[in-house]
Formats: sequence, structure tokens, C-alpha cells
Amino acid sequence: MSLQLERVGRKFAGKAAVQDVSFRAEPGEIIGLLGTSGCGKSTLLRAISGLDTEYDGVIEINDEKVDGIQKTTGFMFQEPRLLPWLNVLDNVTFGLEGNREEKQNKAGRYLQSVGLAGSEKLYPKQLSGGMAQRVAIARALATSPEILLLDEPFSALDAFTKMQLQDLLLEVWRSFQSTMVLVTHDVDEAAYLCDRIIVLRGQPGKVEREITISEPRPRERGSSEQAAYKAEILASLDLTTETA
Amino acid sequence: MAKNQSEVSGVFTARGKRKPLAAKLKNPFTHPFLLGSIFPLLLVVVWEALSRLEVFPAYQLPAPSVILGTIVGMAEDGTLWGHVGITSYRVFMGFLLGTAAAVVLGSLVGFYKHAEALFDPLIQAFRSIPSLAWVPLFILWMGIGEPSKIAMIAVGVFFPVYLNIVSGIGGVDRKLIEVGKMYGLNTFQLVRRIILPASLPSFLVGLRSGLGLGWMFVVAAELMGASQGLGYLLVVGQNTLAPETIIASIVLFAVIGKLSDWILKILEIRTLHWQDRAAKS
Repeated sequence: MSLQLERVGRKFAGKAAVQDVSFRAEPGEIIGLLGTSGCGKSTLLRAISGLDTEYDGVIEINDEKVDGIQKTTGFMFQEPRLLPWLNVLDNVTFGLEGNREEKQNKAGRYLQSVGLAGSEKLYPKQLSGGMAQRVAIARALATSPEILLLDEPFSALDAFTKMQLQDLLLEVWRSFQSTMVLVTHDVDEAAYLCDRIIVLRGQPGKVEREITISEPRPRERGSSEQAAYKAEILASLDLTTETA
Repeated sequence: MAKNQSEVSGVFTARGKRKPLAAKLKNPFTHPFLLGSIFPLLLVVVWEALSRLEVFPAYQLPAPSVILGTIVGMAEDGTLWGHVGITSYRVFMGFLLGTAAAVVLGSLVGFYKHAEALFDPLIQAFRSIPSLAWVPLFILWMGIGEPSKIAMIAVGVFFPVYLNIVSGIGGVDRKLIEVGKMYGLNTFQLVRRIILPASLPSFLVGLRSGLGLGWMFVVAAELMGASQGLGYLLVVGQNTLAPETIIASIVLFAVIGKLSDWILKILEIRTLHWQDRAAKS
């Protein structure tokens, strides 16, 4: 599914947090929203998800204006947000419809693909941070969302788990071709995962520039192309501190 | 994936799920049941000894063996079951009524802003009245029989349950509600699948403190006028200068009070096993 934003902005108590953001995501594209904290990345994602409807501008999915939460959109939060009273399997089946057996089979398959086969009966309190986030990935993917929104999904994880889960995400993306919007402040992550990166800057946040990453997948994490892209991203973020 | 497997098994051993029995019994002297019995047993032994030595006058503080004898005596002539039964019945009925009212009003106030504005100020005002002050009015309205006693207990049970339901519903994590919304749940489904389970811990806390108050209020209700019940035994003991009857009644209150709380505690453990609580060392 395609996703289009036209001059989307959001004000909180009269003060703009993000302004005039327009971009288009083609079906199956992975778009990165990158920027320093406070530039409205997550705000933008919440507007796209429909959790927040107080935004200005127009959001279109498949060229139709949308308002509110769409069933075809999935959201992966920064924290796992598992329901503590459900075990791993029931957490993954949470958003599914259909009969019990079908749901459980489907959830079982996704748990297997995130490497958690055999942990179905555990409760969230028994999981490590990385395991909980894997369950959250399985839950977000199990509904086969056509648009998947990811809000810094790996930011709370250690470097190794993070890389592992990024590869897992790409693996799943290859088989489902969901359109993804990934909010991140991790330059490595953006350069490794995205087809296109939209760099936001300032307060209120505005689109600073768009960087297309044409490097074919699979990408090499330490390659010189990746390094070049990262340098380009960092340059556009202009992180030099002004000491006037 | 090997990493996962080790993570999983690590979790299991850390929780001690499959500990062999021998390891559990390694130190039977630190079993909580035994630890908890040390002081009560010591107290009873010292008390009995001092009573035998006539340090305490028997007409004021009889020995534990005398009290036990009183309870056994009542059990043998059959009056014990009547007293315990009627008191438990009153608490149970009052508890049911109070809880039912609290669930209805508490859910309304918890879920709907307008219901909160409508009912909560009044309920809070009623709460500031010491509940025992209702006793004369209830007796006037409903007579001295069962209805007034049960109404009394229900009032006592109502407030803690109500307050805990309201705060439980209000305290449900917005982040979990958002998860439900993202999956397109409607209001009813949100309540059933997220808000109710999330506020269950608070509800159970309310039930347990409500039950505690129920036991307190049954004493008050039975002191006011009853022809049977543990509270009535207290009055009888006072009027016949029989401290053993009073203390026997107190002991029976303690036992059935504890027993009823234990039932709720088991319910709590069963339904809230998912809670991530700190284990004490």
C-alpha cells in the first residue's frame, strides 16, 4: 500500500512540534524518519497511525484520505508493550481474528520466525528485554499489516540483539513486502534498513532533506558505501554546536 | 537461536520452577509457616505458664487451655456452629451486596467522566461519615433483624472496594490501551480485554480490605443487638463475667477472618500469577 503525507503538521497547545511534512512511500518501500530528539518524528508517526487525529494536513493511504486507526496499519512501539496477563502465544494472537486454532497456528509460525519457538507459555515477566521485543515484532507482524509503523523499535536493546532483530525485520519484509515507516535516531540503523531517509530538523521539525539509499540488499554493515551514506546523513543533520 | 534457548532455560532455572524436592526441603526451619508460628506458640506457652502460676487472676485472664475448653465445649453442645454460621452468613451476604454495589458504581465512575462528576462527590461525602454512625438509622429503618446488620456490613465493604475499582480503572496504562486501539478494538472490547484485566490487581486489593472491614462491622452490628453470633457471645461474656467466652469469641473471629482472607489470597495468587513482583530474600 502506498502512503502519502501532504503538509502534515501538529501543534501542541498552540506551539508547533512539526510542520509541513510531505512525502510519499511507495508500496513495499522502507522509509526512515531520522532526526534529533524533539523534532517531531514520533508525533508524525502517531498521526499516521491514527492514534492522534489532531494533526493538520492530509494523510492518504492508497490515495484515499484517512482519519483514525486503520486495520491494515500495524504499529510497533518503542517498548514491547506486551499485555502482562497474557502469555507469549496469547500476546501474539491478541490482534488476530478467526478461530482459536488458526490464530494459534499463525502466531506459532511468527514466534518461530523470531526465534521464540518453545517460549509460547512464558509470561512477559519471564522474558528478557530482547525476547519481549521479539514477541512484540511477532505480534506486530502477525496481523500482516500492509503498512508497518516502527517507533524506534530497537533503541532500548543492546547492540547485538539490535543487529539480529534488524536482520529479522528485513527477512520478514522480504516475504511480506509491507510498506514501512521507521522512526529512528540511529544513523547506522537508518542507513542499513531504509530505501529512503527523510531527515527532520529543528523545532518545530521540518523536512531538511531526503536521501535515497540505492545500495542493493543485502547490505554490508561495515562497507564503504554504508560509511558514505552515514557521512551524508550526519552532514545533513549538522550536529555542530554553535557557541556564539 | 542457541542464544535464545539459553535465555529461555536461564529464565526457568532462575525462577526455580523445576527445583528438586530435596532442595526445597534443604532448610525446613526457615519454612514461612514455621517461622510464623514461633511467636504465637511462645506467647501461648508463656501465657499458660503464667496463668498456672496464678500471676493473672483467672476471672480476668483465663489460661489458653480454659479458652480452648470453652470452644470445645460449645462445639460439643452444638451452639458453636450456630454462632459461627450466622456471623459468617451475615459477613458473606454483606460482602456480596457491598461488592456488587461497588462494582456497578465503581465501574461507572471509573469509565465515564460524566458519571464521575455526577456520583463521585456524593459518594466521597458519604465516605467521610463514620460508617458506624449509620447503625441507629438502619435499625430504625429495618428493625433489629438481619436486614439492618447486612446493610451495615455492606456499607463497610462498599467503600474500599469502590475506591480501589475507581483507582484501578483510572490507573490502567495508557500505553496498553493504545495497543488495543491499534488493533481496532471498540470500547466494549477495550474494557473486556485490557481495562478489566489491568485493573484486576487493584480490585482484589479492594476485596481483601473490604472483607476485613466486613468482619469489623459484623462485630458492631452484633453488639447492637443479636440473639446469636460471635458478637453476641462477646456481649454474653461481658454480662456473665466470663472472660473465657469473650476471648473464645475473639479467637474464633481471628480464625474465620483469617480463613476467609486466605480464600481471597488464593484467588489472588491464582488470577494474578502474571504480576511481576519483587521476591523478598
